[in-house]
Amino acid sequence: MSAVVQNHLPAATPAARTEGSVMNRINFHRVVLWGALLLFAAFFLTPLYVMLTTSLKDMNEIRAGNLLALPQSPSLASWAKAWSTACTGTDCGGLKPFFMNSVFMVVPAVLVSTAIGAINGYVLSKWRFRGSEVMFAMMLFGVFMPMQVVLLPMSQILGWLGIASSIWGLIVVHVVAGLPSTTLFFRNYYVGLPDELIKAAMLDGAGFWRIFWRIVLPLSTPILVVTLIWQFTNIWNDFLYGVVFSGIDSKPITVALNNLSNTSSTVKEYNVDMAAAMIAALPTLFVYIVAGKYFVRGLTAGAVKG
Amino acid sequence: MSAPSALRTPLLPKLVIAPSFILAFCFIYGLIAWNGYLSLSASRLLPNYEFVGLEQYRILWESERWMVALKNMGIFGGLFIFGGMALGLLLAILLDQKIRAEGALRTIYLYPMALSFIVTGTAWKWILNPGLGVEHVVQQWGFPNFTFDWLVNPDKAIYCVAIAGIWQSAGFVMALFLAGLRGIDDSIIKAAQVDGASLPRIYWRILIPSLRPVFFSTLMVVSHLAIKSFDLVMALTAGGPGYATDLPATFMYAMAFSRGQIGLGAASATIMLATVAAIVVPYLYSELRTRK
Repeated sequence: MSAVVQNHLPAATPAARTEGSVMNRINFHRVVLWGALLLFAAFFLTPLYVMLTTSLKDMNEIRAGNLLALPQSPSLASWAKAWSTACTGTDCGGLKPFFMNSVFMVVPAVLVSTAIGAINGYVLSKWRFRGSEVMFAMMLFGVFMPMQVVLLPMSQILGWLGIASSIWGLIVVHVVAGLPSTTLFFRNYYVGLPDELIKAAMLDGAGFWRIFWRIVLPLSTPILVVTLIWQFTNIWNDFLYGVVFSGIDSKPITVALNNLSNTSSTVKEYNVDMAAAMIAALPTLFVYIVAGKYFVRGLTAGAVKG
Repeated sequence: MSAPSALRTPLLPKLVIAPSFILAFCFIYGLIAWNGYLSLSASRLLPNYEFVGLEQYRILWESERWMVALKNMGIFGGLFIFGGMALGLLLAILLDQKIRAEGALRTIYLYPMALSFIVTGTAWKWILNPGLGVEHVVQQWGFPNFTFDWLVNPDKAIYCVAIAGIWQSAGFVMALFLAGLRGIDDSIIKAAQVDGASLPRIYWRILIPSLRPVFFSTLMVVSHLAIKSFDLVMALTAGGPGYATDLPATFMYAMAFSRGQIGLGAASATIMLATVAAIVVPYLYSELRTRK
């Protein structure tokens, strides 16, 4: 197995080059390594491939053909049906209204929770006071707690506020539930900004808000992107709050997708199901492909380290 | 602008953060207490604040469906946590071998985390369905007697949930471990190589042990995800066949929102909370203490 080490260690490569058998062993290990890597890549990509190809087939082809086969005459008919005429439960208007619900819910919820998180993080890192750390720790529990605990009381509160079964109710819940993570993200990022920066500005007579707007915020671009993407992905993908707190007209796309694929009709239209799943997946998939680096940073920041 | 006053009396920051703290504390601890009270009440279809002590918990622990949910939690949780961590660690080690296309492969391994469990559950439901899914593919490949009906088999369906769950989260674990591996000082590895240690030995004896903090935080994150699992089951099996794939989260949802058993739902939510707290609180405590 020492060949792998030589392979790992650049300094050993010249020695390996002089000896043919070692070279072969290196190649062999590389082949195995690449074989494993590509096999896993196939494992992860297959469901996406199946979703996409199935959504482009018609039902005859699905019944006669093979799950893994490429579509013979790709057609977007299932996409059109999923978007505008497929049945989600008793309602047959496709996913379009629910997609728009998700958009109307996500945009304000993401912006508000991120903005408040930024200000909170600024206070908790640069304006600490007695007890602020303890309170922050208590707030952090909100990142991890099972939300089942808040469902029953929250639905009563939303009822009292008159926003039960509405998009507004969902926005409120997402903002409040998102605060612990957005605060955590910004606090951990701002801790890394040198305190001297703040002190110098204070000596120049700048106050709390001025320092925030002029010094801290302009340095926040990376964490702003991380938090916006994190909140967008989480809120777009949320199902629990959506299924519990939404009404007939305010369902987010995840709930509509679940209803669509569980609607029992005489013929199960897998191609429409897959097109619907793709439609629900595209916004977050797009963000992931464009800004995956920031998404990964959010994921790892969620593990509290920092 | 209140610039000079902020310098002398730092009252403003406190005022600024107060609403968030109050809101978050009411949301977290207020609602936990409220849910706790509901779990001690006689609530059924509607909240009813008549105090009945631990009656709901007694009913809960005598409920066969709750026992099924707990058993499934054990099977699913065990497979999801250890399967996901083993696969994630393997992927991280494979990717750590100075691979040319590392960025692209990492993107492929991790993309499921960007998708909703409802999306992936819908996809897996189609792939695993006994009529036209994997079973059909293998039969066409020349094994006409191959059957794969786990998704509709009450004894096996929970394993389908675990497969889909591991598929979804292995990349996440990989990202955490890979970040950990990259954080290890190169000179340790170089020194071990000079001493003639083989690569598997270096990983087993040096790198993996020094990943211990990452191991802990990953285990913690993955376990609390396992306990909170809800969407995936709803999309893949909706808890079925019957209630064969119920997990505590789907049990809670069914009791509280479709079976008119609010008190029972609240009691099961409290048990979930206690389990997560038992895992997370010691972790948060040690995290915050070491940071000082």
